[in-house]
Amino acid sequence: MVTVLDPTDESRPASRTVGPRPDDLAGRTVGLLDISKPRGEVYLDRLASLLGEHGATVRRYAKPTFTKPMPADLRAEIAAECDVVIEALAD
Amino acid sequence: MPGVGIPDDGLVVVLKQDCPTCRLVAPVLDVLDATVFSQDDPAFPPGVAVRDDTALDASVALGIDVVPTLLRREGGRETARTEGWDRERWRELAGVADLGAELPEWKPGCGSRTHDPAVADEMLVRARGHELAARRVELAGLEDEAEALYDRGWTDGLPVVAPTPPRVLRMLAGTTRAPDEVVAVVPPNLVPATVEKVAINAVLAGCRPEYLPVVLAAVEAACSTEFNAHGLLATTWGAAPAVLVHGPIARRIGVNAGGNALGQGTRANSTIGRALQLVIRNVGGGRPGEVDRATLGQPGKVGLCFAEDEDGSPWEPLSVSRGVPAGASAVTVFAAEGARGIVDQISRTPDSLARTLAGALRGVAHPKLTGGFDAVLVLSPEHVAVFAEAGWDRARFTAALDDLLLLPPEELARGADGIEEGLPAPSRPRHKFRPGGLMTAVAGGGAGKFSAVVGGWVGGPGGSTPVTRLIEEA
Repeated sequence: MVTVLDPTDESRPASRTVGPRPDDLAGRTVGLLDISKPRGEVYLDRLASLLGEHGATVRRYAKPTFTKPMPADLRAEIAAECDVVIEALAD
Repeated sequence: MPGVGIPDDGLVVVLKQDCPTCRLVAPVLDVLDATVFSQDDPAFPPGVAVRDDTALDASVALGIDVVPTLLRREGGRETARTEGWDRERWRELAGVADLGAELPEWKPGCGSRTHDPAVADEMLVRARGHELAARRVELAGLEDEAEALYDRGWTDGLPVVAPTPPRVLRMLAGTTRAPDEVVAVVPPNLVPATVEKVAINAVLAGCRPEYLPVVLAAVEAACSTEFNAHGLLATTWGAAPAVLVHGPIARRIGVNAGGNALGQGTRANSTIGRALQLVIRNVGGGRPGEVDRATLGQPGKVGLCFAEDEDGSPWEPLSVSRGVPAGASAVTVFAAEGARGIVDQISRTPDSLARTLAGALRGVAHPKLTGGFDAVLVLSPEHVAVFAEAGWDRARFTAALDDLLLLPPEELARGADGIEEGLPAPSRPRHKFRPGGLMTAVAGGGAGKFSAVVGGWVGGPGGSTPVTRLIEEA
């Protein structure tokens, strides 16, 4: 038997559950997050108009740059203001 | 000393059967009123009450270096000691005037079994194992070691060295930093990495202990905000952190700056960059297919490390131009693709050769894209000599390349040259590289009018900035 030392962070990731899906988007606030890749807004503009037709309130957000993780404040802002978020990755 | 059987008062002898001097003195033990510990054979010496110290507990507790050792203890403390056979000293300690009259006056002892290479690992763990905090993982006896480590997800696809406690302790001897000191917070999972965790991954990568200070500095540099290792990992682009070693440590530990500097075959080059990548993988949690979204990647993602040939270069070292004091050792971590060769066997003038190099550098990322991607130019000895012989120093060379890489807008526009890719409606000349986006290092073998360009990634605040850190030497 060989004993070795664990080279990892030793975290056993707790299983994460997906939040419950809403039955309907009518009357809910949907956040659209543009990660700031080129043409992401084309996709999100279309989504915004479709969501409006379904009675959802749309709020728009953008990461300062796609190359870095989202600032923690922005994440908190979206979580506080929205029921649902859609993130656009585009090129 | 309870549990080990060492008396608080009286004489103690430690010996082993495998030592000719111990066998020589065995007869005098009959007349000594001593507690006798045998390191290797509890039946030795015959006819004497011997305490079994094959586990070496008493020898470690007493700090035995040589056998035989005779010592006197009074009130739980040692008050006298002699090593080997020294008749006068033994008589003095034992208080027996004619002790060993038939023996020679003096005969040196042998090394204590605590110094036997066969038990060195055990001794090391016994002495310093308490410093290790990482979780211990038992591999089952029937598991193939290499397979077991691969199955646990700890490797980059190549075999790794099993990070056993003795190996990690030997690795830690390469630094004076405490094992529990936090080196950096490692992306993407933002996990604090201790010196011990970095050492474990350095063992996995195949490093020698003397490489550890370089690995530690590289981890610090790569985990800085400016370097943005998270973004570099997550991008679909294939670049990865590369380690350029500066200063005297490179020669001392054997980082290759000569022939095949960017290639295989030199342990330091092959393992230091790999250790950094394994830290990001194992501690930070950055794995291909997960946060690492590279479309293609490149072979240097296993790890790339080389040194600048500061001794052979006619120029001021790159590190000095980046603010490192002359003579100090440092690392620069930069985003790197694979290296691409540049041939020019004809140019003998600096102007001509600079044009060749500029032409090759223009191809980084795309010949019609500017200001985004950084690059490193690795200038070979035969090429740098052309500039040096014409009196060009690093600053003049850099300025000349900068001028040659100021590209006309009509060549860069989308659609120009029949290529849709390009800049949207550029109206003025654009520099290929942002200020500071091109670094030049001198390295390579003595023969060959070939240099290399190592493309990078998006440079600057929106991407990754090369980061230089001094190496804290052991």
